[in-house]
Parts: sequence; C-alpha cells; structure tokens
Amino acid sequence: MLSLERVTKIYRLGAFGLQKLTAVCDVSFEIGEREIVSLIGESGSGKSTIGKLILRLIPVTSGKICFEGTDISTLDGWPLKEYYRKVQGVFQDPFASFNPIFKADRIFRMVHDEFYPEMGAREWAEKVEGALRAVGLNPPDVLNKFPHQLSGGQLQRFLVARALLLDIRLLIADEIISMLDASTRMDVLNLLADLKERGLSILFITHDLSLGYYISERAIILYRGRIAEMGPTDKVYNRPLHPYTEMLMESVPRLDRKWGEEIRVEREGGLASPAGDGCVYAGRCPLVMEICTRQKPELKEAETGHFVACWARL
Amino acid sequence: MLQVENLTVYYKTIRGYVRALEKATFTLADGEIMGLAGESGCGKTTLGHSLIYLRPPMNYIEGRVALDGREVPVWDMEQMREFRYRHISLIPQHAMNALNPTRKIGKMIAELLESRGVSYAEVLPELKRRLDLVQLSHDVLKMYPIELSGGMKQRTVMVISTLLNPSLLIADEITSALDVSTQKAVCEMLVEFRNQGFVRSTIIITHDISILYQIADSILVMYAGQLSEKAPTETIFRDARHPYTRMLIGSLPKVGVRYQEERLLGIPGAPPQLLNPPAGCRFQERCPVAFDRCREVPPFLEISPGHFVACWRAY
Repeated sequence: MLSLERVTKIYRLGAFGLQKLTAVCDVSFEIGEREIVSLIGESGSGKSTIGKLILRLIPVTSGKICFEGTDISTLDGWPLKEYYRKVQGVFQDPFASFNPIFKADRIFRMVHDEFYPEMGAREWAEKVEGALRAVGLNPPDVLNKFPHQLSGGQLQRFLVARALLLDIRLLIADEIISMLDASTRMDVLNLLADLKERGLSILFITHDLSLGYYISERAIILYRGRIAEMGPTDKVYNRPLHPYTEMLMESVPRLDRKWGEEIRVEREGGLASPAGDGCVYAGRCPLVMEICTRQKPELKEAETGHFVACWARL
Repeated sequence: MLQVENLTVYYKTIRGYVRALEKATFTLADGEIMGLAGESGCGKTTLGHSLIYLRPPMNYIEGRVALDGREVPVWDMEQMREFRYRHISLIPQHAMNALNPTRKIGKMIAELLESRGVSYAEVLPELKRRLDLVQLSHDVLKMYPIELSGGMKQRTVMVISTLLNPSLLIADEITSALDVSTQKAVCEMLVEFRNQGFVRSTIIITHDISILYQIADSILVMYAGQLSEKAPTETIFRDARHPYTRMLIGSLPKVGVRYQEERLLGIPGAPPQLLNPPAGCRFQERCPVAFDRCREVPPFLEISPGHFVACWRAY
C-alpha cells in the first residue's frame, strides 16, 4: 500500500544552511494492507523524520514515497487533500497537539469544515460520537471540555478519533504511548490492535522494544538513519542477525530475565555519518571487519522476509 | 539507614493544599536499592525531593526523617545544607543539563567541593579512580560539558553526585531520556556504586518498573500521594497484595507477549484530584475489590517480613 524507495533526507543546518545532516539515508520498505509495522530506533535514528516524510510535512531529498502507486511528492491541491483523507498522523505529546485556549473538540469541527463542509450538523455529530465510541471514549464525558480537563490517554484517543473521521487507511503513530502512564498506555495500544482488525494499516514508531513486540507483525530496526535489520517481529526479536539488534535485545529491561552480571559500557564510537563510506555501526560493532569501514553493507535477505545489512552476517 | 515516619508534604496553591504526600512511613536498610514507582502525579518525586530539598511551594506538614540515627531537619533549608551533597545526594532528572556550561568539568567540581569545605587536590586521586570505573577518560576534567555526549555527561554527573560517599543517593528518573544501551550501563553503575560502598542506600525514582526489576532490591509503590506497598522486588512481581500493584504489574508489556495471544489490560479510570481527595484509600474508585471499609485510610502494615501493604483486603 505504501512503499518507500531509497528515501534520503538531508537537513541543512547552520548559517545559510552550509552544514548538512543526513537524517535518513537510502531507506526502503513497504507497509501492506492491514499491517502494523513498528519502526524502532534510538533518539536521533531518523524514525520521526520518516514519519514526517510519509505525512509530507517535510519534502524528501531523494528517493520516492508511493502510496497506492502514486508518488506523494507529486500530489497537489485536491489529490493532496484526498491523500490526507487516507493517511493521518498522531504524535507524541497529546498536550502539545491541542490549542489550550479552545475546547478539545474543536479539532473535530476543523475536520468537518475542511473535509466535509456539506455534511449536516446532526449527521456530523453522530459521526463524531461513532468515532469517539470506536476509540473507547464515552462522548458525554469528553465532549465540550478543554484539553486540561482531559487526561493524556483521553487526548491521545481523541486524536485517533479525529483520524477515524476521515476514510483513513494508514495511521502514522509517532511515539504515541511514551507520554502515557502504564495504567492508560495499554488501552491506547489495544486500540491500535482493534483498528487493525477494522482494516487499518499502522506505522508504529517507537523506541520501546517491548511495545513494538506486543503490537506489530513486522519490525524495522533503524540505526543512524539506515535500516539495520527488518523482518517478522518474532524473528527480529528472537533471532536477531545484526549485532546492533543483538545489543538492543540484550539491553532491553525484561520482566522474565535479568541482565547478565558483567558491566559493559558500550564503546563510544565516533558518530559516523550515514552518508559516508562504510557501515554506520562499525565504530561500536564487536564484529567489525576490515571491509566494514570501507564499504556500506546493503540490506540483504537472510531468510524469508528477514533482511539484514551487515557484512559479518551475510 | 534511613527512617521516614509520617512524612506529609503538601503543595500550597491559591485553592488550598494539594495533598501530594500523605503520612509516608518506611525504612531503607544499609545497602538497599529501593525503587520508588508510580504514575505521574503519584507523589514519588515529591517524596524524593522532600528528603533533600523541601522548597516552596512544597510545604512541610508533619513527620520526621532520620538518617543513620541522626535527625534530618528536612523542614529547615539552612540546617539541611550540612546534609545536602555530603550525606544526602541527588542525581537530578535531567542530569545532562545539570552541568554548568561555562565551566570546565574539573573547575566545576573544584568549586563544588570548596563550597562544602573539601579540598579538590585531596579528592582528585579518588575522583580519577571513579572516572576509570565508569570508563571515562581523565581528560573530561579539562573539557566543557558541550564536548561530552549525553551518556558521558550522565556518567560524569553520577560520579560528581557520589564523590563524597553520601549515605543516601536519590536518583530521579535518570534513565527516562536515555537509549536502552546507555540505560543499562547507567543502571549497572548504580549497583556498582552501592557494591563499592560509594553510597549506602539508594532510592531510584522511576515510572519504568521493568528497570526496577533489573536492579532494585525492593520496590515502593505509590498511588495518589499514599504509599500502597513496599516489598522485596521478587515479591512485588510474584506476590503483590495491593490491587493497584497487581494491576500495574499486569499492564506491563513483556518481550514475548503479543496482543493476539495475551491481551494486557490497563486500569480503567483516572487518579483522583489531590486538591480535595476522597477520604480513605485513594485507589477505591478504580479498585475492583473495594468495599465499605475502604472509606477509612488503610494503615501501611507489615504482613510478612519486609512486606508492607496498605489495603484492607490484604491484612
């Protein structure tokens, strides 16, 4: 349904944009129908940039993002609006997504004015109530309130409900759980699972590995703007191939197993630019070989559907 | 050893007191690493900070604190100066921003020690030994904070905070802004500091309970300003008696659990307002096993050695 082909994003920084920062480099992947894909990476790995590129909030530097066969960078005017009818995003901080001066349900009215100006008030109110019920909220409890009167979990579900008002096919969920408390985050996560059952595809962007495992069929591990590994979630988690993924899986605090005894501070490798020669992980990699610093490993299929970019493991 | 008795701290607002910490009573043994867990707004940071820096709008209401048998005057900003850093130390929430950007690290440490009447030259060999321990080069002393990466700054702050071997170390959400690999290293360092005897007892404030499972000896769970349960880590995970603790543990995602196989449940409802909280147990509205008795505040009782719980259903 959505495909990224060798997408690269370079930000220009500093005075007159003289410095370049490669945030995303040569990233290709697909999201199929009714699929939840987690995009997992540390801070600075470019995961949010990919979300923004798909939402067309920022333009790609090179490469192509296609939605149902059309390159989204060519969209303009009415087709672009149609695109936003189908693809929507929800972001990390629910409190920052609302204007505190206005009541929270203003976001629904804006959708109405923008996308359904011809729809009557009664019909619209029913549609809003339906969307709120679909995200597990009780409309009388939450309508006509200011953002500060609602909890973070409620606001986050509000934003998902807003997306549901459109004929949405793909939801970009960028760290939508990380600001929520343990007691409410599962409700939002389960909501995503329910939406998938209703035919939605979701790109679940997160830094929390256990959340990624819980919710997704496929996982993409990003490191410094490049895909290190991607494949079916259970394979990536249980039989990681890339040394970076292995390190992640060892470090994630688990409830069924304690960390090993040894103290290991990771090597502070210089932060390699994803645009340079060689593997970006080479500076921190325990399996580093001579070729790793010279030539970039391509993403190769190691077993069915399981891809890895590593010279040592190919 | 830290003893806290009936510690009550409210926030003063124009609409009245926000009852953020209500009659906290617990002890922390020598060498114990205690995790302090709970949702945002449950009072865990209030409890941690009131032990070292009880500043307005926090208002001391009642209670006493004793460290190694000595009374700690938490209500007196001036007298507390003697305890801060030397006996009770804090690693702040955004440790990365805790370093003075206009000073070289070494100079900053020297100034800090001087203000406590300690000579930098005397401490320097020990400081270098500890930098080695956390795998930092001695060159960081000649560098400005901006020259260090986030993980290096975090480690530097940890070394500085524990330099005078405080009896109590309070680590406030120190792992929440870090990547998993750095997170693990920082946690293991806390354990190592304890093992080496740099700190006697540690309180780790966090909302991430899976971290506590890895390193804490005991866990204290708070809910809406009240202590719910304190027990050894294994007991909290395997045999919790407070319904809130159970539901909280049950809602944690685990690697190896998929939503298709096992659907984890959140806790319905929201915590009460602390401005005028309901009488009795503050969890009663969300509690599946609440009954009449819950309108009285349940005492925080020891039901088996080291296992304290405040729930009428648990005694």
